[in-house]
Amino acid sequence: MITLSCEEVRREISNYLDDDMSPRMRRLLEVHLGQCRKCAVLLDSTHNVLVLLADERRFELPAGFSLRVRQMLAKEFEKAKS
Amino acid sequence: MQNTLVRESDRILEGERELIAEILAGNHERYYELIAPIERRVYYTAYAILRTEADAEEVSQEAILKAFRGLRTFRGEATFSSWLLSIVANEARMRLRKRREVSLELLRSPDSEGEYTPFELAEWREIAVEALAQKELAARLEEAVAALPEMYREVLILRDIDELNIAETSAAMEISVPAVKTRLLRARLMVRDYFVSRSWGTHRGLGKARP
Repeated sequence: MITLSCEEVRREISNYLDDDMSPRMRRLLEVHLGQCRKCAVLLDSTHNVLVLLADERRFELPAGFSLRVRQMLAKEFEKAKS
Repeated sequence: MQNTLVRESDRILEGERELIAEILAGNHERYYELIAPIERRVYYTAYAILRTEADAEEVSQEAILKAFRGLRTFRGEATFSSWLLSIVANEARMRLRKRREVSLELLRSPDSEGEYTPFELAEWREIAVEALAQKELAARLEEAVAALPEMYREVLILRDIDELNIAETSAAMEISVPAVKTRLLRARLMVRDYFVSRSWGTHRGLGKARP
């Protein structure tokens, strides 16, 4: 049976996280991950960092940002009317 | 599952199209409804590229205005959010170029196809993420993103923070799909390395000395 090297697994980690690979490749990768702790840790931690990043609530808007956007748009709407 | 997802996104698109039609018909105030859910992503995209609050806010406003004025040209092939976010990324990139005095050579270094070898360290559970205050966690994530070279930073922001799909990211950045994937792999491994090594280091540094 064909097996993947750690190097090949690393190259596919991003595609794996995006679920962007053939079922066959996915199977091969999962076989490797089941046996190689190093790669499993890499995948796990990369995934976790991305989950943290995707939580946009962490990033605060400057105070008054939405209000200023509304004021700017209100002016634009006035102009659009006239 | 797949079907549910498709129907869900169709419903969103449908709602969006109706809203846009109303705005175009003259009900301008409803434009707020369209942008309110994505304001944060708009600002953060600009901020992550420009790195200063004042510039990020200005560019966010410009992009929101530009999208309003160009709403008629929005074709509805993508979602409104991906369209607006690609306008923001473009505007921010343009502003950055103007601001930069250093040569463009630095920005436009060719895609490196070489392998990137991630650090081998730290199980995730060794990182005391739970112990980090939310503010500190946000600061560290921000620092990790900021530490990325520009060509990697932008792809990561659009794909993993703004959550555009690969095709939308490719359109927003005006680079090919394979180039997005290549950069994304590198960007993800790098941001992971930066975050993990800093957090791990600090965590260990704070811990008791091991015999």
